[in-house]
Amino acid sequence: MHCGACVGTCPVNALTLDETVVRVNDECIHCGLCTVVCPVGALEDKED
Amino acid sequence: MPEVQEWDVVVVGAGPGGSMAAREAARNGLRTLMIEKRQDIGAPVRCGEGMARVWLDEVGITPDRRWIAHEVKGARIVAPNGKFVTLTEEQAGNETGFVVHRDIFDRTLAEAAVRAGARTMVKCAATGVIKDGKGAVIGVRARHWGNELELRAPIVVAADGYESQVGRWAGIETKLAPKDINTCIQYELVGIDIDPDINEFHLGSQSPGGYIWIFNKSDDSANVGIGVNLAMIEGRAQAKHYLDRFIEKHPNLKKGQNVETVAGAVSVGLPLDQTAADGLMLVGDAARMIDAITGGGVVNACKSGMIAGRVAKECHEAGDFGRAFLQRYERRWRAEMEEQLIRNYVAKEKLITLSDDVFNKVVDSLQGFKIERITTRDVLRMVQSRYPEVVKELEDLL
Repeated sequence: MHCGACVGTCPVNALTLDETVVRVNDECIHCGLCTVVCPVGALEDKED
Repeated sequence: MPEVQEWDVVVVGAGPGGSMAAREAARNGLRTLMIEKRQDIGAPVRCGEGMARVWLDEVGITPDRRWIAHEVKGARIVAPNGKFVTLTEEQAGNETGFVVHRDIFDRTLAEAAVRAGARTMVKCAATGVIKDGKGAVIGVRARHWGNELELRAPIVVAADGYESQVGRWAGIETKLAPKDINTCIQYELVGIDIDPDINEFHLGSQSPGGYIWIFNKSDDSANVGIGVNLAMIEGRAQAKHYLDRFIEKHPNLKKGQNVETVAGAVSVGLPLDQTAADGLMLVGDAARMIDAITGGGVVNACKSGMIAGRVAKECHEAGDFGRAFLQRYERRWRAEMEEQLIRNYVAKEKLITLSDDVFNKVVDSLQGFKIERITTRDVLRMVQSRYPEVVKELEDLL
């Protein structure tokens, strides 16, 4: 949906929305909030 | 090398808050640039599109047939068991009266900013703030059709909504706790059976920590959506699942066809403690000026945007863009709306704890009463007479 809900929710500002791609930078702490906020469940957190 | 441009004020974001700030700044003679990351101001419509009429005059917006989709006379608060009470337009607050085409509404406000003298750039995304040696914001970096820009201005207005990057870049704490976030999704359903004069709000555990709205866009179509609280949903059950479940249970909606899906999130906490930094003001959703009960933000975005536009002018007159000078922005928007925001936040915190049983009993107690002349004391008395055990739970709320 590219709505940006995850970007605004990320507590460490690790996400950016680049057109249709959500990019995650090294700041990610794998809290999983972005996967919860996604209204359509499009995100998954794989810790590696 | 990035292309450098000099402006009196740069506004980031062309939603209602940004456009009102740009309009006001331009009217006051400032060289004003408003940038929008999307190619299309107003779209996608991340909004239930319900809007009161009364406040428009205050901020100098003339109701316009282009953006009024439909008019309603009131709203229905529907309990989980399907019983409801009907409120008049005045009682239903900021979200009832007009149902609008938000994309055209936003476009109209942007046009007004342009006609006042503002310049716009769409498909222009802010990528960072420019700071001087002392840490004051003196512009934004942006990308426009692949070109890197340095948009320099002694004062920047951040109207970048829920995502609100600019405030963070400038060092303002904008972090949200999960309990202060509602995740939302909405459909535009066509070919449904509704009472065209009445919008609906459905409460209870079918939309944990939020509500389901049915805001009529014509006699047989509506913006049907949901907001659910991040701290209250089961696991990763998404907003979409809750909304689909609701529609599945309502044959009058299920028969409709969806012509648009939009998703997003909204903050339902308190407004930020700090909405100004050296060279920067935050307006609207970016400053978390959201009615925590309804999730509505357009009215406050417009009001704070207008205040910010005027303060930008005063900054230029005084030659002072520092945080101390910008306290006048803090003072003015808080005087205008903060008390109401706090009151509704406190009420919301209580509301979301009520069980379906309590919602059902309260709405049941109010059956058959004329709501127009009702006071909160009347509500308590009526509930007391039918369900004395429930009154304790309501006392804090009312």
